[in-house]
Parts: sequence; C-alpha cells; structure tokens
Amino acid sequence: MAIAMVEPPPSLILPARQPILSPLSWRILISVVITVLALVPICTLLVPEQSPFHLSAYALTLVGKIMCYAIGALALDLVWGYCGILSLGHSLFFALGGYMMGMYLMRSIGLDGVYHNHLPDFMVFLDWKALPWYWHGTDHFVYAALLVILVPGLLAWIFGFFAFRSRVKGVYLSIITQALTFAAMLLFYRNETGFGGNNGFTDFKRILGFPIAAIGTRAGLFMITFATLVGGFLSCRYIVTSKLGRVITAVRDTESRLMFLGYNPLGYKLFVWTFSAVLCGIAGALYVPQVGIINPSEMSPGNSIEMAIWVAVGGRGTLIGPILGAFIVNEAKSFLTASLSDYWLFFLGAMFVIVPLWLPKGVVGVFQRLRNKQ
Amino acid sequence: MRNAKLNGSTADTGDVTGLAHVSVSGEVDLSHGIILYLEDVSVSFDGFKALNGLSLSVDSDELRCIIGPNGAGKTTMMDVITGKTKPDTGRIFLGQTIDLQRLDEPGIAGAGIGRKFQKPTVFERHTVWENLDLAMHEDKRWFHTLRSKLTSAALARIRETLALVRLQKEAYRQAGELSHGQKQLLEIGMLLMQEPRLLLLDEPAAGMSDNETAQLVELLNHLRGKCSMMVVEHDMDFVAALSGAEGKVTVLAEGTVIAEGTLDHVKRDQRVIDSYLGR
Repeated sequence: MAIAMVEPPPSLILPARQPILSPLSWRILISVVITVLALVPICTLLVPEQSPFHLSAYALTLVGKIMCYAIGALALDLVWGYCGILSLGHSLFFALGGYMMGMYLMRSIGLDGVYHNHLPDFMVFLDWKALPWYWHGTDHFVYAALLVILVPGLLAWIFGFFAFRSRVKGVYLSIITQALTFAAMLLFYRNETGFGGNNGFTDFKRILGFPIAAIGTRAGLFMITFATLVGGFLSCRYIVTSKLGRVITAVRDTESRLMFLGYNPLGYKLFVWTFSAVLCGIAGALYVPQVGIINPSEMSPGNSIEMAIWVAVGGRGTLIGPILGAFIVNEAKSFLTASLSDYWLFFLGAMFVIVPLWLPKGVVGVFQRLRNKQ
Repeated sequence: MRNAKLNGSTADTGDVTGLAHVSVSGEVDLSHGIILYLEDVSVSFDGFKALNGLSLSVDSDELRCIIGPNGAGKTTMMDVITGKTKPDTGRIFLGQTIDLQRLDEPGIAGAGIGRKFQKPTVFERHTVWENLDLAMHEDKRWFHTLRSKLTSAALARIRETLALVRLQKEAYRQAGELSHGQKQLLEIGMLLMQEPRLLLLDEPAAGMSDNETAQLVELLNHLRGKCSMMVVEHDMDFVAALSGAEGKVTVLAEGTVIAEGTLDHVKRDQRVIDSYLGR
C-alpha cells in the first residue's frame, strides 16, 4: 500500500465570482466607449462636410447597420459557442424585431404616405378598410418596443420548450430552426399576412417625431445601437462568467454527465435561447430605422448562414470574436459587392471552407496563438 | 404481492410506510435499513432480455460488489436505476418511499443517487476545481446558478475533496489534460461533492495503474459508512480488497441474480463457477 506523501496542501484561491472582464479589458472597453461617444457627435454635427474628418450619414448608417449584425452575431455566439446550439433561425428573430419596429415606423408616417391615408400604403393598395387587430396600439412607441422584446422572446420560448424537452439537438435542431424560419418567410411573403408582402415596410418618415433621414437622427440611432452593442456584450459576459455559464458549456460538452449530477438542462437551454432571441430581436429593431426597409428576404436561409459565418470567422465562444467577425465579413462584403460583385458568393463559400480548416478558433484564435508564442 | 412482502405496507401512496412511520417528502426513508430495492425488473432490447426478473436490495451504508460475465446486465442495471433506461416491468425504490420510475435523470440524481460511468466522464474543457464546483450539492436550477457565488464553505469543500482525491496540484488544470486514472479519481471526487446517499460505480478500477487502484480502494474504504455504494467490477483482486471477508457480493448472469453472499461463498457456488469463474 502506498504511503500518503505528507505535503502542505496548496491552498486553492478563487474569487466568489469570476470577474465580468479583466481590468485591462475594462480599460480598453471604457476608452472605446468614451472615444465613440465623444467623437461621433463631433464628427457628424460639428465638423464641416468638406473636412476629411466629417462622418457622413452614409458612413454612420453603414457602421450602424454592421453593429446591428454584430449584436445578432453576439446573440448567436451565446447559444452556439457556449451552449452548442447552432441556430439557423436567428435571422427570424432578427426580422421579427425589425417588423415590430417597422409597424411603429409605418404608423408614424401618418398622412404623409402616397395615398394620404391613416392606413399604411400597402393596406390602401390592397383595398383594406381597417387595420388588422395585431396592428392596434403599434402607433405607440413604448408598446412597439415591448413587442420587439415579447414577440421574438415568446416564439423562441415556445419553440425551445418543445424542441429541448424532446431532446432535439445538434444538426436536427439546426434543420428545424431553419425550417421554422423558411415557413415564416413564406408566411410574410403573403399579402394577406398584413405585413406588406414581398415589399415589406419602407418609406419611413420619422421616428419619435424626428425626421428619419436627418443626420442628427442618424447619429442618435448610431449611438443607441453602439450602447446596445456594449450593453449586450456586457450582459453576455455576465452570463458566461457566472456559474450558469459554466453549466451551459457543460451542456455543450457532456450533457449526460450534467444530468446525472442533477441538473435539468431544459431550464438552462431555454434561458440562454430566449435571451439570445430577444437580443437578436432588439438588433433587428435597431436595424430597420437605419436601413429604412424590412422585407421577408431578411429571413432567407442565406442570412442565417451568413450570421453563423460571422461567428465562425471571429471565433466561436469568445463573444468579442463574433463582433469582429461581423465587421470583417461585412466590410469585405461591401467592398466586394461594390467592386467585384460576381465574386461575393465565391468568397463566402471559400470562407466556409477555410475557416473551419485553418482557423478553427477564428480571428480571436489567431491572436491567442500569437500571444501564447510570446 | 411481492411488494407488500418487501415494504410491509403501502409504498404506492408514499405517505405512510411499514411501521406507520410518516416520511418527509424528498428525504430518503431508511426506516427499514434498506436504501435500494429492485424488484422483478426486466428490460429487453429487440427481444434480447438484458435484465430478466432482477431482484436485489442494498442495505443502507453497505458496500455491495456486483460481479458477472460480460453481457450479464450490470451496466443495464445501472442505467435502469439512474433513469437512463426505462424498465419494461418491475419496481425500483430508493428507500421506502421514492419511486425512481417516476423521476427523470436529474430528478434521480437530486434524490441522492450518484453515478460513475465506465468510461471516465468529466467536463474536459473545464478546470478541475470547476468540475468539482459543478457537482456540488446545492440548488441546481438555472436562476439560482446565474447569481450564485462561491461561498467560503463551498471553497472549503472543494479543497477538502481535492485533498481526498489527491488532485490539489491539478486544481487549475483543464480536466482534459489529466491522465486516465486522474480522471477516474476526479469523477469520484465529483460524486463526493454531490453528497449522494447511494453511489453507483461502474468498473471504477478499469484502466488504472496498481498504484491508482490502491488509492481508489483506500478512497472507497474511507467512504464506507458515509454513503451506500454499489460497485460493478471485473477485477477479482479489487473486489476482494473491497468486500473483505464479510462484505456481500452479488453475482449476475443473463440478467438475473444467480448467487449472493460473501466472496468466498459465491466462489464455491457451482452456478457461479459454471457461468463465470470457470470460463
């Protein structure tokens, strides 16, 4: 029998809770936030248009739009990177949030539409005499904002409850999320659904009384989107650094071990899934007033897959990676579709092959490897 | 009814047990000194009877070794107890009152049954201390874990368990980097953190070095009296070391119990020699 070695027990020292961010990361984040909040209003409103430092409405909208994508990517990373649920339905939550905001924006047009009618133009065109019931109250911003949260959240919860309770996972779950999104897209393409059919909603005039195309409004929307991105990032960090965060990564890696330890994965999956859907819906709601249009093509299968590519390129399970990924891929898309428009899909396909083969941890993984080498 | 014979009274209602003893819901009722009953349990897969009218009971605080040839139904028995497989017929009770067939896997684990898998199963991408923390006996619902903080008592328990399984030096390492034997010990450590009433161990010594096996025997002996244990094992030396001269050993073959008694007793049993030892 081996005699136990007498050694002083090394004392395990652990904080009560893992910090949300390291001190260095806090400093970087706060500097970025201060810089953006100070420079964006100055560069858009005070710097004259001729100056090279002027931020145009075009640039604001482009970056604002990509930030919305980044919030969506962040939401997808929380469920895919941390909980192992590859959703191909996040473009549905994104579009639903967008449509809810779009309803408010359509109602805000008031009598300024083509037909000078209280009803949205597409309803006049279809010869409808009254608003469908689900449009009631959408002229109030607060109610519409509530719908932005509730509609994607409720749909995600109901879908998730049945899918996770039946222990559907992996590629099967990806396929049914994709099917759900496709079904919703077909539904929204119909004029009878009451969401403008294939044209969707457009020609918005104002938001909360401000003219929607004015540079001041653009700057305001930009700042709100930026604040949401930072807030979303910090809340996701809060989740993944909690004990719940460690449980969901255990769900991803070895779900059966976790169940035999007494955890019921259903509640955990539903929580991150619904939270992620709500965050994605908010991203969609911020996207619509900036791009000025929402239609069912936002739900097309390609959009969901593109979202997964942003996450993969940036680095799954890192939260910061998907934000970078959304910027890198979309900047590349803006550049390629403008100069070599025929090659964009080839580029996307190449990313799909190259990233899993040579960059399994994405861009963030490359940085980590460089830092470890030092 | 066999149930009436075993439980003395109405186990179905779950309120009043044998000696008009009122049970507290959620507590394991050990008033008869028995922690686990399996009664006439049968399971078949595509016509193959993995368990065939298996009846077995384990006393509280007992360390029971289960031996038997391959395909005897040892792992299936563990699956049935922990809720992974639903039996076709039969009854399974924890203590006098908890009907395990009414619970799902997390519910059974919560009722007090811990399980060690045949292949060491730990959270490979979590650190050793995180593995122990995840296993800790506490509220395991999501809204609790979202806000939970590591208390000093919990930290002390993690330290204590690390010392017990001798993984202090590895506390901050990823579990995936541990050796096979260390993973086995970590998994047992996790089960200790869970504070089970009954611990099921499926071939815990498989793939362990002699040194690690000796450590394991020491560890299990240390646990004797703190919880009941059921150990499925092939290694007869290991079984001898665990059961000693007094401990009860159960021999399974073809999904049913063929002998039960001390190791010496079952070794002399003709059916055991025919179906297992002699081969």
